[in-house]
Amino acid sequence: MSVNLLRVQPIRNGTVIDHIKPGRGRKILEVLSLSGSGTTISLLMNVPSKKQNRKDIIKVEDRELSEHETEKLALLSPSARINIIRNYAVAEKKKIEIPKVISGTVHCPNDNCISNNERGSSTHFKLLEHKILRIQCIYCGRKIDEDKIEFI
Amino acid sequence: MKHVVSIEDLDNKRIMGLLKRAKQLVPVAEGKKKSKALDGKILANCFFEPSTRTRLSFESAIQRLGGTCIGFADSSATSHLKGETLQDAIRMVAGYSDVIVLRHPHEGSAKLASEVSEVPVINGGDGAGQHPTQTLLDLFTIKEEIGKLEGLNVGMLGDLRYGRTVHSLSQALDRFRTKFYFISPKSLRMPTHVTDELQNDWSTHENLDKILGKLDVLYVTRIQKERFPDIEDYKKVAGAYRINAEILQKAKSKMRILHPLPRVDEISTEIDETEHAAYFRQAFNGVPVRMALLEQLMGKKK
Repeated sequence: MSVNLLRVQPIRNGTVIDHIKPGRGRKILEVLSLSGSGTTISLLMNVPSKKQNRKDIIKVEDRELSEHETEKLALLSPSARINIIRNYAVAEKKKIEIPKVISGTVHCPNDNCISNNERGSSTHFKLLEHKILRIQCIYCGRKIDEDKIEFI
Repeated sequence: MKHVVSIEDLDNKRIMGLLKRAKQLVPVAEGKKKSKALDGKILANCFFEPSTRTRLSFESAIQRLGGTCIGFADSSATSHLKGETLQDAIRMVAGYSDVIVLRHPHEGSAKLASEVSEVPVINGGDGAGQHPTQTLLDLFTIKEEIGKLEGLNVGMLGDLRYGRTVHSLSQALDRFRTKFYFISPKSLRMPTHVTDELQNDWSTHENLDKILGKLDVLYVTRIQKERFPDIEDYKKVAGAYRINAEILQKAKSKMRILHPLPRVDEISTEIDETEHAAYFRQAFNGVPVRMALLEQLMGKKK
């Protein structure tokens, strides 16, 4: 195990979100409301990385991510990798992917869109570009760039 | 099932087929020929905001084809005010009819309706969004007036920023090698989300004078007072973009003026009797074009 990972103790059970785009870790904590979940969370920022120079890492104890949370994570940092830890060992490694249709996680910025005006309706966005993230509301057609995405 | 939510739902082949059929249906739309093609079919007009032209032309279209019509003209008389969702209203109306025409103040409502409807939904205008039958009748009018759609010089004048008809029409005409001339005050220019998608040449202008002679079609839209905080600014702008007989001396004799109507005073009434004025024929064209679409959605397969 590398020296860097030893800065924070290994966790026994839970999830390690690795290879997060540097600087995005805090935003991920906030959007996934992880800090309010009652479990122990560690955030490492600007950790040297072979793959991408620098990265952020989040360790969440005793908890795995739901589908919605994984989808939000993919939108915030598509480079991230999820490692499920059981009894100090990596039990499962997951690459994450931005789905072609993003459902129920992003809010449409168009106030006049039906998705903001109909009780009980959900939001759906089409993925237009994933390198420079761009998505489009399937209802009103509004296109949103990465920095303008608001999560539900 | 085929819903018609956006002009993008229709490929060129289907558009050309509809325009061809619309032309054949003109005598039926005029009442000179009878048709029973949609005998027994019921069209439901669901207008959550008023739009007289769209509603009446759909009513005329279904009745000229032997069908009948139910519906409401604005949301004040519906359970919408009691808090009923659009989805519930559409499920209910779909049980009473064979096709639904939806007019709604919110963008994307026709798409949402199409997800729950058991019968085809036609978008009759959703907020600042799409109004595909308006685009179809604009295309039909240009084709009938000029004789073709391919390779024309088309000017669009007036409020290009908020006018959804010019946005959808630009998208649609872009498939036919159109050269676009966008003429408007600076504050009401064609938005970049429209121009970014255009494959063909386009240019923006503040004056009609210099380019008028090149145009085959001039599509005029109304500049709305509400867009200007200062009434004096509005008067100046509106005055500068008014079309009269004197200005039109520079136009090709075959140049045609279209306007989605209602007009206020952006086109002087002295133009009405000239060959250039196509806007009243354009308003009539809404009937045969909508007939062709209804026939395609509900008629017997040939």
